[in-house]
Order: sequence, then structure tokens, then C-alpha cells
Amino acid sequence: MKTQRFAAFPIKPRDRRIMLYDFLIQPFGEFAFMKRSLVACLALALGSAPIGAILMLRRMSLFGEAMSHAILPGAAVGFLVAGFSLPAISVGGIIAGLVVAWAAGAATRATDQREDASFAAFYLIALALGVTLISTRGSSVDVMHILFGSVLAVDEAALLLLASVATLSLLILAAVYRPLLMDAFEPDFQFGGAIHHFIFLGLVVVNLVAAFQAMGSLMAVGLMMLPALAARYWAHSLPGIMLMATGIGALAGYGGLLLSFHANLPSGPAIVLVAGGGFLVSLLFGRARGLVQLLRRQPHLEA
Amino acid sequence: MADIHLHNVTVAYQRHPALHHIEGCFAAGSLTAVVGPNGAGKSTLLKAIAGRLPLADGHIELAGLKPRDIAFLPQQASLDRDFPLSVLELAMLGHARHAGVFGSFGKRGLAAAEAALAAVGLEGFERRRINTLSGGQLQRALFARVLVQDARVILLDEPFNALDARTVADLLALLHRWHGEARTVIAVLHDFDLVRRGFPQALYLARQPVAWGSTESVLTPENQLRARHMAESWDEDAALCRIPDQAA
Repeated sequence: MKTQRFAAFPIKPRDRRIMLYDFLIQPFGEFAFMKRSLVACLALALGSAPIGAILMLRRMSLFGEAMSHAILPGAAVGFLVAGFSLPAISVGGIIAGLVVAWAAGAATRATDQREDASFAAFYLIALALGVTLISTRGSSVDVMHILFGSVLAVDEAALLLLASVATLSLLILAAVYRPLLMDAFEPDFQFGGAIHHFIFLGLVVVNLVAAFQAMGSLMAVGLMMLPALAARYWAHSLPGIMLMATGIGALAGYGGLLLSFHANLPSGPAIVLVAGGGFLVSLLFGRARGLVQLLRRQPHLEA
Repeated sequence: MADIHLHNVTVAYQRHPALHHIEGCFAAGSLTAVVGPNGAGKSTLLKAIAGRLPLADGHIELAGLKPRDIAFLPQQASLDRDFPLSVLELAMLGHARHAGVFGSFGKRGLAAAEAALAAVGLEGFERRRINTLSGGQLQRALFARVLVQDARVILLDEPFNALDARTVADLLALLHRWHGEARTVIAVLHDFDLVRRGFPQALYLARQPVAWGSTESVLTPENQLRARHMAESWDEDAALCRIPDQAA
């Protein structure tokens, strides 16, 4: 099939169609692992892109990054106890992430420390603990596994976890949506207490852990933040930003998997690179105050 | 009725009192201006009444007033002006305390927001993003949010700061409308002329009340002098306050 394609030259339009099909769709049709990873990426985009948008609006864009490090010691303990077992790593990661998120959140609310400062302190402690754990017991292969994950190794169980997390995230987000956003707009508003903030921090942790298996701890946050940050250059309204972010996230997942498949690159970084490309394009060409639009010096209007 | 009684109210930042043992009462339906130098605790007092700050001592008696009965107009600096909201959505936020965390805003919230925007002179601005508004327009939109909340007590933190004369006149008329509807209105102000023109009651604050009563009896040169002395006495090594807690 392949040799035929390159032998026929010049390419006829019909063959070009076949080439596009080979390039864009066939990898997902032919290989079950590609199919699974695509579904995994779509589930991830669905759950974590809206969360990224809310993080951005709460001025917590770097929080996901901190959290992705904070889950490391828990995941390491799970890994060392049970090997590359999804339940062990997930449970460990969620426990470590929740401890750090809630401890830092509580420290912020109880003292004068700013939230970003509290999180910096707590995640650094957790990260050092995690690296220590892995280096005393594990091999460098283990470290690579945990840092970069492997979306192509997602199995049925992992898929089920990702889908459940995405579903639960959207439902819980809907429940805390109003207080969460009112308090982002006006931090003093005091609507429905502080519980929604801690629920939201928990959601971030659970989503990062879900992404952990597929994307690795370093890349997990990429699919959460980059689409949301890109969406800000296209949409003006809050629902618009969230929908846009989900769409960009899904496209990045698809594009990144293709890139990874054809160029033989590790899938996690490939997906995040595509998302990053999406962000750069948005930064330049976004209709909502992108760079080109700002620099074009369009003539001013009458009123 | 819905009087607001302050009993021995003390609010402290890092143990230094911003409000010190305040006794007094805002009568239901009164229209009061809170004046005083910077650092006198004016905003702190409003936030304490709104339940946005913990009290270090004493208590505030809000006879029968629920959180939804108290509307608060914050200083613009405390808002995220780049938040992706339309003017209509901002006004509708006033309905949130009625709708609660889960309840629908429904047609009532929408209708109230549209009517409120018309009342503050922002008709036709419904779909505008709030980051395209001028300071005066945003202030009108925030007044619309207060209107939508339809509260019995309205607290306004420097509502006329940096506004042109026409906007001040429009918004002051709104205040008087609320006063006419027997709502309790408390506003923090700096412009004494405006207070004399528009407010029957005044509270001169300098961490403690310097004077509290009818405006002409409060805004006197003597009180002004006393307030200046009282407000500027932050002491790094202040001794422990020994005034007994009457409330306990």
C-alpha cells in the first residue's frame, strides 16, 4: 500500500484523498491503542479545560503546575508499593495532592500569607519528598515513567477512570460554578462560604491525577492550562471561553497524537506542544485582543 | 424593627484596632454618611456590618436581617475589571443572593436587571463587556446590581469617588429614592459639601465615633480637629487594651 502510494507520481486527486485519510484517520482506525488514547485525550479535554479556565480567572494559572508536583510523593509511594499500577498511583497521588492543596489553602485563609506563596512552600516540600522517595528506591526508568507518562499505554481501566473523572468534574463544577466565579470577580463577596474553593482545589487535584497516567506529572497540567489561556484570545464570555478551551484541548489531543504517531515522538510532550502551538497562534491571531489585532492600528470609529 | 445596633464593636488588623469599642445604632430607614480621615475605619465598619470581616470583640445586632437583606457596593479597586462579564450579567449578580447557589435566576432576575440598568441610565449597554466601561459607567452598573438585590439595608463604600457631577447627581437621586422607600442607607464619603447637601445623618469616625447625629451637628471644625488627632495614633508598642467587654 505504502509503496504504491509513492510509486504513483504525479499524485492524482483521488490518491491525495487517500493520503489524507492515511495520515489523519487511519492510525486511529487501525490501532486499538491509538483509539484508546484519542478517547483518553478527549475525556481529559472535556474535564480539565473548563477547570483551567476557572483557574485562569481566579488568577491561579500557576497553581496547576504546583499541584502537578505536589502529587508526586503520593504517586511515588503508590508506584514503589505496587509498581506501575493505576489504582495505587492514583490513590497515592490524590491523597498527596489533596493534603498539599488543602493545607496550603487553609494556611492562606488562616494567616496573611498569599495563596501563591503558601502553595509554593507546600509544593516544594512535596516535590522534594517525592524525588527523594523515587531516587532511594526506584530506577531511572521509573522516574521517566512518572515524569512523562504514556498516553499510548492507556488501558481499559485507565480509560474508565478518565471518563469517570471528566463526568464527575463537570457535574461538580456545575454545582459550585456560581460561588466560584462570583468570588473570582469580587473576592470579598462571600457567597456560600469558602467550601466551594476547597471543592474546586480537590477537582484540580483529581483531574491532574487522572491526566498523570496518560501525560505524566510534568505534562499533565499542559492540557489543563494551555487551551484555557488560548481561549481567552477568542471568546469574550465565560461560557464562550470554556467551550473554546474544551475544543482547543480536544484538537490538541488529536493533533498531538498524530504528531506522536507519525514523527515517533513521546505522546505527552507532543500533545502539549500542539496545545502550545495553539496558544501561540491564538496570541498572535486571536480575535479578542490578539497581538496582530492590537498592532494593526485599525482606523478608529466615529463613536 | 430593622435597626442596626453596634455593641462594643472592635475590628483589629494584626491586633491593632481599626474600629475600637463602637457603640451606636443606625435607625431603620435612616440615610447616613460615614466620614473621617483615611485610616479611620470607614470601609472596615461597612465590611463588618456586611459580615465580610470577623469582629475582634463585641457584636452587631441585625434584627431580623438576613444576608440577602444587605446590599454592598464595593470600591472598584476590589473588583476584577477584566473578568469576562457583560453589563447585564453584572447587574444580574444582584439577584444571586435571592437565587442562592443552585436556584435559577429565571425571568425575574433578568427583568429586574433590565429595569435596573434602565434606572441607572445604562439602557443599550446590556451586552457591553465590563472592561469596555468608563469608571462612571461601571459605577452605574454596580448601582444597578444593588438595585436588583432590592435589599432593606444598602452599604456604599465611597460611591461617588472620581465621578463627574452629572453621574454624582444621578446616583445621589437614586440614594434619595432608596431613602424614600424606607431602606437603611449607609455611605462612606469624603466630600463634606455633598454630605451637607444630601445626607440628613452623619457619623464622624476616627476608629471610634467622634460624633454621630444630624449632619450639621457632626460636621463641625472642632470635630474635624479631634478626628485628626484620634486617627493618626497607630502605635507599634501599644499596650493591651483594658476596656472590659460589656457584651460578655
